[in-house]
Amino acid sequence: MVAEHASEPTRRDFLYIATGALAAAGAVAVAWPLIDQMNPSADVLALSTLKVDLSPVALGQQITVMWRSKPVFVRHRTPKEIQEAEAINWKAMRDPQSDESRLVSFNGALQKEWLILIGICTHLGCIPLKTDQGYLCPCHGSRYDLSGRIVAGPAPLDLEVPPYKFLSATQIQIG
Amino acid sequence: MAHQSTYVPKSGFERWLDVRLPIMRLVHDSFVDYPTPKNLNYWWTFGGILSFCLATQIVTGIILAMHYTPNSDLAFSSVQHIMRDINYGWLIRYIHSNGASMFFVAVYIHIFRGIYYGSYKAPREVLWILGMVIYVLMMAAAFFGYVLVWGQMSFWGATVITNIFGAIPGIGKGVSQWLWGGFAVANPTLNRFFSLHYLVPFLIAGVVVLHVWALHAVGQNNPTGIEPKDKGDTVPFTPYATVKDAFAMALFTILFAYFVFYNPEGLGDVANNIPANPLQTPAEIVPEWYLLPFYAILRSITFGLFGLTAKFLGVCALGGAILLLFLLPWLDTSKVRSLRYRPWMQLFFGVFVVDCLALGWVGAHKPEGMVITVGQIATAYYFIHFLIIYPLVGLIETPRPMPESISKSVLGHRKAVPAATAGQTA
Amino acid sequence: MKLIKPAIALCIAAAALAASLAPAQAVILRPLKHPGWSFEGPFGTFDRASLQRGYQVYKEVCSACHSLNYLTYRNLSDPGGPGFTPAQVEVLAAQSKVPAGPDETGSITDENGNLLMRPALPSDTFAKPFPNDNAAKAANNGAVPPDLTLMAKAREGGPDYIYSFVSGFADDPGQRPACLGETPGMHYNPYFASGGLPDSCKDPQTGTELIDGSLTAMPPQLTPDRVTYADGTKATTEQMAHDVATFLAWASDPHMEARKRMGFQVMIYLGVLSVFLFIAYRKVWRDVEH
Repeated sequence: MVAEHASEPTRRDFLYIATGALAAAGAVAVAWPLIDQMNPSADVLALSTLKVDLSPVALGQQITVMWRSKPVFVRHRTPKEIQEAEAINWKAMRDPQSDESRLVSFNGALQKEWLILIGICTHLGCIPLKTDQGYLCPCHGSRYDLSGRIVAGPAPLDLEVPPYKFLSATQIQIG
Repeated sequence: MAHQSTYVPKSGFERWLDVRLPIMRLVHDSFVDYPTPKNLNYWWTFGGILSFCLATQIVTGIILAMHYTPNSDLAFSSVQHIMRDINYGWLIRYIHSNGASMFFVAVYIHIFRGIYYGSYKAPREVLWILGMVIYVLMMAAAFFGYVLVWGQMSFWGATVITNIFGAIPGIGKGVSQWLWGGFAVANPTLNRFFSLHYLVPFLIAGVVVLHVWALHAVGQNNPTGIEPKDKGDTVPFTPYATVKDAFAMALFTILFAYFVFYNPEGLGDVANNIPANPLQTPAEIVPEWYLLPFYAILRSITFGLFGLTAKFLGVCALGGAILLLFLLPWLDTSKVRSLRYRPWMQLFFGVFVVDCLALGWVGAHKPEGMVITVGQIATAYYFIHFLIIYPLVGLIETPRPMPESISKSVLGHRKAVPAATAGQTA
Repeated sequence: MKLIKPAIALCIAAAALAASLAPAQAVILRPLKHPGWSFEGPFGTFDRASLQRGYQVYKEVCSACHSLNYLTYRNLSDPGGPGFTPAQVEVLAAQSKVPAGPDETGSITDENGNLLMRPALPSDTFAKPFPNDNAAKAANNGAVPPDLTLMAKAREGGPDYIYSFVSGFADDPGQRPACLGETPGMHYNPYFASGGLPDSCKDPQTGTELIDGSLTAMPPQLTPDRVTYADGTKATTEQMAHDVATFLAWASDPHMEARKRMGFQVMIYLGVLSVFLFIAYRKVWRDVEH
């Protein structure tokens, strides 16, 4: 059929390759919106930050807020609790983190009385209960200290600290 | 024209697979080496375009279903959520809504092609009937889908169409309540329409498989209506038909893109941007454009007969109009396939096209005055065209002389030229 | 070329289709005004200053009765919109109050029985003027002021309709049709389709209307200088009507600019792809007589 054209495959092949490449590029461009639509939508992203007023949280008390569909503990630690959290030998722990590294400053001063943690046990996802020694997860007995660090039980990691900052002495923004 | 398989597995893996599941063989025999008449014109590209439309609707539809809520309190705002908040939601929604219209543009061209070239005649009757089944399923899917928006036209259109079943004597009321899941179109109706809207496209896909199977069993028709006689009449499907279909698809997509990007609501009704209100009927209840001709036929019967209500007779006319399409292979008595060689029938074909457009116009307007008159004339012609004209003209018409074969019919057309310029005739 | 006949046929079909889609009218309406819009046409964009002024008109005039249920305050800082900064949007949002939800005792009302409210956040939907339809009817002579988010798409003529309607109360000053007589609580608008007319304005035999438009429960709102624009633009009736119609056009179609931009890119791409495919098609078929 095309024996006489065997000597000039390059021009025709180039056309076919170019067309194919163009079609493939189009397919990728079409595929992106179909994939991106599953990413968090604008309304979900709009709720990705949360402002929390700290003034109603009395000394020694804790409130739980929902942030990005997860429970977040906002705990107002007493001076005694802060002291205990700092005194522990954290370097020997399963997931070693200093208490200081799990806190945030405001105007240069570390806000030690405010402990902000994502209230999801790092074992299998239950919500730990507040205790005088820190936290206890009722599902499999994981125990966390007054800084949210794992000290006993099956959980592998410390309770996660979400990104947050102080907007004023009495208001934080999570996320 | 089922042919011997020419597939030769090239690699070890292909040989291994061919013994266990000869799918590569099937694809090769059906879409690569499949003998295709070489004189097919652009009207034949719409089959491929339709497959593209079905795939597009299914992909965009599944994605929309990830974000849509089929509850009457939330449906409308979930559509707004898609349009405003979901990444590219507006794009996917507009592709889906305009894709439905494009699907029908393509299917009407495809059907009219089949009518003109006699593609419904023996041995393609089953192919034709399967096509009609697909068409009816498409109308059902489109109807269910339009209701899901839960705008004013969704709700009231659903009310009018489901009330059709109330016209059936005796069991009508029971059937209506069974369809509604209640005493009127309401949340139960919406919920089940969502389920059915998800289901029907996959039924369509299944029937499409049968449709292509039936096609490959007998082979494609072609503009002359004369079956291929030897290898010189055909070319392998790939690359010849593949590249032509791809080109036609690109052009079709340009029209599609015009609607999606520059006129996304032009084919719809403004009233569907108002949330459904069961206590307020819109000034006019109009279905989407692709259902208008049948809507016109339904409303044309304004008189009762033999104790049957005009409403019920209208339903019968609607059903009859669709049924006649199924019966076309047996209504047409001509021995000649393609209207190319049937001058009288060509004329009536032209009248039929105008008739369908007229019915569409009638369906879009309030049934009063001249609209009713035109509608009744157009409905009458529709039935006359199938029940009287097709049987009669086939018997009395003298066809034009037909070419001996496909190859002979294209002699003198674009010549096969190895060097630069190709002599072109129209 | 072989494609001409089918192309012509398709054009006729398209024209017939377009004609079939033109809706019939319920009453006689004055032809809409066409002031011209920056966002018309395939390359149209929204005039940001006009959007901001339009938002001001909505906030100060319309929001007393009309909700915007599908917009959130954060949309005001989205690309392709009025272009307020996120900081400005926080302030704008906080100017409105939304229901606060139950307090610690579980009550949703205060001691006086009023719904507990809080300042709106950017993530909130626009504050509703009425808690439900019954309250809306009670305050508006039995009519529910419709939500405006999709108004530019829900009426034939879209922005032209909105412009004509809100400025149309002031058409023909001093020439209110005599047949109307006194219509307490209702107001005549020559562009309004869904109200009624008294029988004195209809032909006694056929019942067809003798004047344009109909009566609406909405009083004229855009009297000159009703709003003092923040950017100093003179607030004539036409200016306010134009700005609020632009704002509502954006509200109904916030992704319009992105859509037209993508459309341009897609059309170019498809044009190029079609050319390549056509050339490939001709090359493939060159050796076959067809």
